[in-house]
Amino acid sequence: MILTRSDIMVLMPLIIVAASAVGVMLTVAFTRRPQASMILTLLGLIFSFAALPFAANFGPRQITPLLIVDNYTLFYMGLVFTATFVVTVLCYRYFGGRESRHNALYVLLLLAALGGAVLVASSHFASFLLGLELLSISLFALIAYPKNAERPLEAGIKYLILAGFSSALLLFGMALIYAQLGTMQFTQIGVMLAAHEQRLDAYGLAGLALIVAGAGFKLALVPFHMWTPDIYEGAPAPVTAFIATVSKGAMLAMLLRYFLATGAYQSQSVTLALSLIAAATILVGNLLALQQDNIKRILAYSSIAQLGYLLVGFLAFGAIAAEAVTYYLAAYFVAMLGAFGVITVLSRGAPEEDSDMLINYVGLFWHRPWLAGVLTVMLLSLAGIPLTMGFVGKFYVLAAAVSASLWLLAIVLVIGSAIGLYYYLRIIAVMYAPDPRAAPEREEAFGVSASPAESITLAALTLVLTSLGVYPALLIHGIEAPAVHLGWLSTFPVLVCSI
Amino acid sequence: MILSALIFILVAGGLLAWVANRWRPDSAKWVALATVGIELVLTIWLWLQSASVMALPAHGGWLAEIRAEWIPRFGVSFHLAMDGISLILVMLTAFLGVVAVACSWTEIREREGFFYFNLLWTLAGAVGVFLALDLFLFLFFWELMLVPMYFMIMIWGHEKRLYASIKFFIYVEGSGLFMLVAILALVFVHYRSTGVLTFDYFDLLNTAMSPSTGLWIMLGFFIAFAVKTPIVLFHTWLPDAHTEAPTAGSVILAGVLLKTGAYGLLRFVVPLFPEAAGYFAPVAMALGATGVLYGAFLAFAQTDLKRLVAYTSVSHLGFVVLGIFAWNPWSLGGAVMQMLAHGISTGALFVIAGILQERTHTRDMRRFEGLWSVMPRLAAMGLFFAIATLGLPGMGNFVGEFLILMGLYGVSSVLASVAAVAFVASVVYALALVQKTFHGENTHGWRLHDLSGREMATLGAMAAVTLWLGLYPQPILDAAAPALNGLRDLTAGQYQTDLE
Repeated sequence: MILTRSDIMVLMPLIIVAASAVGVMLTVAFTRRPQASMILTLLGLIFSFAALPFAANFGPRQITPLLIVDNYTLFYMGLVFTATFVVTVLCYRYFGGRESRHNALYVLLLLAALGGAVLVASSHFASFLLGLELLSISLFALIAYPKNAERPLEAGIKYLILAGFSSALLLFGMALIYAQLGTMQFTQIGVMLAAHEQRLDAYGLAGLALIVAGAGFKLALVPFHMWTPDIYEGAPAPVTAFIATVSKGAMLAMLLRYFLATGAYQSQSVTLALSLIAAATILVGNLLALQQDNIKRILAYSSIAQLGYLLVGFLAFGAIAAEAVTYYLAAYFVAMLGAFGVITVLSRGAPEEDSDMLINYVGLFWHRPWLAGVLTVMLLSLAGIPLTMGFVGKFYVLAAAVSASLWLLAIVLVIGSAIGLYYYLRIIAVMYAPDPRAAPEREEAFGVSASPAESITLAALTLVLTSLGVYPALLIHGIEAPAVHLGWLSTFPVLVCSI
Repeated sequence: MILSALIFILVAGGLLAWVANRWRPDSAKWVALATVGIELVLTIWLWLQSASVMALPAHGGWLAEIRAEWIPRFGVSFHLAMDGISLILVMLTAFLGVVAVACSWTEIREREGFFYFNLLWTLAGAVGVFLALDLFLFLFFWELMLVPMYFMIMIWGHEKRLYASIKFFIYVEGSGLFMLVAILALVFVHYRSTGVLTFDYFDLLNTAMSPSTGLWIMLGFFIAFAVKTPIVLFHTWLPDAHTEAPTAGSVILAGVLLKTGAYGLLRFVVPLFPEAAGYFAPVAMALGATGVLYGAFLAFAQTDLKRLVAYTSVSHLGFVVLGIFAWNPWSLGGAVMQMLAHGISTGALFVIAGILQERTHTRDMRRFEGLWSVMPRLAAMGLFFAIATLGLPGMGNFVGEFLILMGLYGVSSVLASVAAVAFVASVVYALALVQKTFHGENTHGWRLHDLSGREMATLGAMAAVTLWLGLYPQPILDAAAPALNGLRDLTAGQYQTDLE
């Protein structure tokens, strides 16, 4: 297979990220100053982001059987790079600033971003697994990065075991499907299933179920969600933000492509199973969050529930589903990054424990009004209140569900959201409670001040969240094209076999 | 333009109040007062302007309209329009806004900037709800006004404020989500039959759908409005929220937010689903009549002054529900009148309760007694609004209730007589309130200031409006009539209730 110039152009974003990972590693040989690594990382991400529009001019393109780059891919790559950018900014002060030697962190972040980007571009089981492993392996190290602290280490090992387990399930599922069809390319699978009016046999179905289970671990869908709260709690706050956003978002984007390309959504048993999973995820996530006292754990359960909402949009399938999932995911990315960003800013940084107990937030609004305001807006967005992207996202997902007549799921979503209000409001109520101002250690608790970069990032996230909440047409215009493209993709097998 | 200005003034005023208070403490209330003052002047000016326009029958009842594209993907537009009903309710909102600022003048001493920000944004949301004619926009404002109200209860409320505020939020927001599903269902039903994706009110009128679909979708709307109105079974958030809110919060909750629910029934439930609503009307009216009696009886049993007033709201809004579902010119005019009169009289009672609480730090009526000798002016005002609430002729509430009963009698004599019993019950609770609080000996030895000039002016203005509504209600009825007739024309022949 010969790569043409335009193939290279299309792959440019991936190449730049990979090159900057290598570049950061090499510069560390000359200077151990973390500023240099951080700036190089940020530049790499900016350049790969800037390469996306050029890639779009040459796309959509299938490059080798492994990767497909279309507008959908590029949009998600943009999300992944942006989220990584934000996480990088948050990491700097948290991991010790200029005094510490945390250069390796940036290499890992870039590799994880590369994994996420490969994942959203994959059109083949091999690249799927490649991207996933690249992401997961970087994450083990990122979670356990403060290696002298107990909680991150514990979380890292937990994640290592569970992610290894879920990868094994995925692999086995892929093998079973390969055993029946003899191909690992998504479109080929779709063509074969469409052409012969053939259905997956029992092994194939078992394979699909195993893939769903493996993906379910990554997405923390019920009943594969047990790891989430522990790892969210244990991981350093900025890394948690990364797990909550990039790792889950890339996986979901991949899964949606897989389902649409292979026509798996036509299988009734699979959609039924996914519907049950979605309903269980929404209810369990929301109910378990009610009794938590740790903000990171609340957000962990909240992210479980949010993935349930996303799954409802996902199950509508078709073009509007892709749009809904994309919009909601963007809203979720911004809100989660913002929320964990505030936690990061309030924490002293590794290796000390994060300030993540609800008690730490009593009266925050009266001491640090801007930070509390940002967190409030992020939580309101997660709760789906107007003026934020979350409201439009919820609207979008419900519109997708209603247009596909998924009434029960829509009702479950409504009930779940109503339950969810309680814990979001609980955090907000704590922040606005009058606090015992007299106690001197409280002043100290809020004493950590945000660096200018962190402040700007949080302000930008808030601005994005509210402006796209008030005028969502800006983003909708941007995601309509990718989604239409994906809708086209779902008819692709039919096209191919008619040729 | 003027319609978006009505919303924008409040939004900008809220931000300004917050910022101003950082520069100069104490400036927030002046900014807030100026903002609601301008709003009130603007609405009165609109009313005077429109009086001539509304005389033209061909006008269809609409006074002003603005429309701009917002989210073209879904056919969502920024569509505001005002007819007589909206005008009256916006005027009520602006008036109670002034009252709310005035009664918070000395009560709110902490974090004033943020308080007035929340107050003005709640009002902005309510004005938006009364003006929006795009269902998405309507929902946007509907949910938007909850957040600042939640903050008002949570931060400046009384003892059980946390519980009350979260309960309020979950009830209203949860039911709002059911409405969201119903809106989407309606839009997609319309999309399937016409191929046009739109959230516009006028386009969605007369959407063809099967009776059972219509009933389900209508129920989605009904549940949201039933929680807000509140209709019995869905009312349990109300006593808590009203009792725990600061005075301004109670005034706005009772005077404005409850009206958004009734307004929704009037504007959306019946016109969009005339057949389903007609089919469902007996249930709704039975709930309304139950509410009238239930609220009145529970009010009588309360010892907490604010809780008593809160339950009278359940009773009065029951009348409004009866009036709306009876759907004839008398009952609808009465419903609008009742909304207005209830907003003012109940608001005034909350102001009085707030004044008492500010001075005595209690709302327990068992601890009051014989306040007439200590605070004659307050007691006189209390007596005045208590008898306004019980529906004495000459006050606005009487006009509303009388018209509703008159219209209702033609539809169902049984329900009308049941509701009429409430007149007796309301006399009991209103006089009980007066007797327990103001009459008798001052056995607890209270020594309190009487009303200040500011408080006297607030209550005096409210009393004057109540009297005006009671003695010369025609201007209000005239303003509402074209809009109400327009609504009745929309449902002509399709809204039929069978109460026998």
